[in-house]
Amino acid sequence: MENTITQKESIVYQRPASFRPAPTHYCPGCTHGIAHRLIAEVVDEMGIREKTIGVASVGCSVFTYRYFNFDFTQAPHGRAPAMATGIKRTLPDKIVITYQGDGDLASIGMGEIAAAAARGENISVFFLNNAIYGMTGGQMAPTTLPGQKTSSSPSGRDVETAGYPVRTSEMLATLDGAGYVVRRSLHSPKEIHRTKKAIRMAFETQLRGLGFSMVEMLSSCPTNWGETPNDAMSWIEDNMMPYYPIGDFKVHPALAEVKI
Amino acid sequence: MAKELLKGNIAFAEAAVRAGVDAYFGYPITPQTEALEYLSWRMPNLDRAFVQAESELGAINMVYGAACTGRRAMTSSSSPGVSLMMEGLSYIAGTEVPMVLVDVMRGGPGLGNIAPAQSDYNHIVHGGGHGDYYPIVLAPANIQETIDLTYEAFELAEKYRSIVVILIDGSIGQMMEPAELPPMKSRKKQFPEWATDGCEGRPARFLSSIALDPPIQEITNLRILKRWNEVRANEVRYKTYFMEDARYAVVGFGTAGRVSLSAVRAARAEGIPVGLVRPVSLHPFPEQVLGDLSKKLDGMLVVEMNNGQMLDDVRVHTKDRLPISFLGRPGGVIPMEEEVREAIKRLVANPPPIGSDPRDRWFAEICREKGVC
Repeated sequence: MENTITQKESIVYQRPASFRPAPTHYCPGCTHGIAHRLIAEVVDEMGIREKTIGVASVGCSVFTYRYFNFDFTQAPHGRAPAMATGIKRTLPDKIVITYQGDGDLASIGMGEIAAAAARGENISVFFLNNAIYGMTGGQMAPTTLPGQKTSSSPSGRDVETAGYPVRTSEMLATLDGAGYVVRRSLHSPKEIHRTKKAIRMAFETQLRGLGFSMVEMLSSCPTNWGETPNDAMSWIEDNMMPYYPIGDFKVHPALAEVKI
Repeated sequence: MAKELLKGNIAFAEAAVRAGVDAYFGYPITPQTEALEYLSWRMPNLDRAFVQAESELGAINMVYGAACTGRRAMTSSSSPGVSLMMEGLSYIAGTEVPMVLVDVMRGGPGLGNIAPAQSDYNHIVHGGGHGDYYPIVLAPANIQETIDLTYEAFELAEKYRSIVVILIDGSIGQMMEPAELPPMKSRKKQFPEWATDGCEGRPARFLSSIALDPPIQEITNLRILKRWNEVRANEVRYKTYFMEDARYAVVGFGTAGRVSLSAVRAARAEGIPVGLVRPVSLHPFPEQVLGDLSKKLDGMLVVEMNNGQMLDDVRVHTKDRLPISFLGRPGGVIPMEEEVREAIKRLVANPPPIGSDPRDRWFAEICREKGVC
């Protein structure tokens, strides 16, 4: 009986098999690591690691392949949805995902993402929106808020000359090919928990062949915002969430049966 | 199999199907569109992948994704569409994954026109996308050759982990000729050790063109060059006609080569000892044969449907050892057999000074003729 305690021990929190034991290159307070971890957990939980193929993009997330422990490719800037289309159409039984930032997806890659959604491409897109170009050092992104100062809008985004931010999820949700399009946030434990459920739903959408799925995640960039990691979380809540409301913009009716 | 009357664009599409292409992605553009239309039903009927992409950018990146799975992937387009594909082609070359592109060239630059041209020679042969890379470029001159080269292209692409471009012009895409299609190959069942097709029972793989550490990129580029040197040693193709006793050679590829052959026959009938060298592989270029010929012939005439793009390569590899003339018809114009025959006669009667610029002399003549100078 003295072994009882040992026998009852089980690990309740560990690194997902889909997540490599590699130090990430992300800045302190960046939410990329959280998003990675959530995706890896879901892939593990669904037992689909060996059939998942990822497409990395250009931007800070260019190195995602270093962190995920399943097959990965890496697309030209903005083209991940096209590359994912090529993979999915060639290997329809595999699970194909893209991981893209807002500059990649909503600016240079707007054509590819909109076309993939319109075609109802059975891919899952994980879209990190931090309202700025991170990798190149903090320039104005299509998602930069009105008045937000960046290195290429030093006086703040002037909507008269630089136009308005793009609400990509709302826009893509208007397309009939979209099966699941939602926005979540990574700024608090509660929202992180909700994000994970949404990631699961995106995979479920693809598994069921219900069309294009995308989870937009409001994310931080403390380095280029000039905020501390803690203040960056508040910045998401105070500044981004009013412009980019959390919500479900498209949920295929057949997903009602999915209980997570 | 019996010969059938086949249109060029349909012929290469079906040749690719029979070669076992797993995935085709394309975008409509004249004079190539029949291939897309044909494959839009042919591929799904065989349970293979087909997507009419949102653009050539989309198409080439779909090819990129499919190629990364180790399956046979291709696209086809025409000059302006291929310009859009250059980004993807560079990434594909940098990732060292095989693919096949058919470029049905038309008149340019810009929107140009939809008439046959050869003005993508430099664009395709000497790159176009960024970085050091070397596509294999094959230039058939008739429908049968288009079929045969497309059929073989996938194996070449896989052998050298390279891009293979079938470079034809609008007339070859649009014309019909009797030709024989090859037998249907079964699709590949074994895939390369680099393919990112799901890590079932093996460690995860990664494919990209990124090499942030310059010394690693340097090694990649040298590896690509090493592979290219193997291509140069093994894959040079050309055809010669009437060259046994020739004192002069016409050099032309594709349709220009075909028109030149008629001119050579006519000139032969007039007693001129002229033959034709028709490069089939534009890249690797048949440099050896042209170099050797330059040491024994009395003159060469280069004929192209452009302003003299291959001409520069001919001059490099013949080292300007012999008199060289040039006849070009750019902008979607096909040279007439009589023009080529007259150019042969001028070369024989009045060989230009060795080392003089063939393009300058041609330009002075055509300018006067067209009244633009």
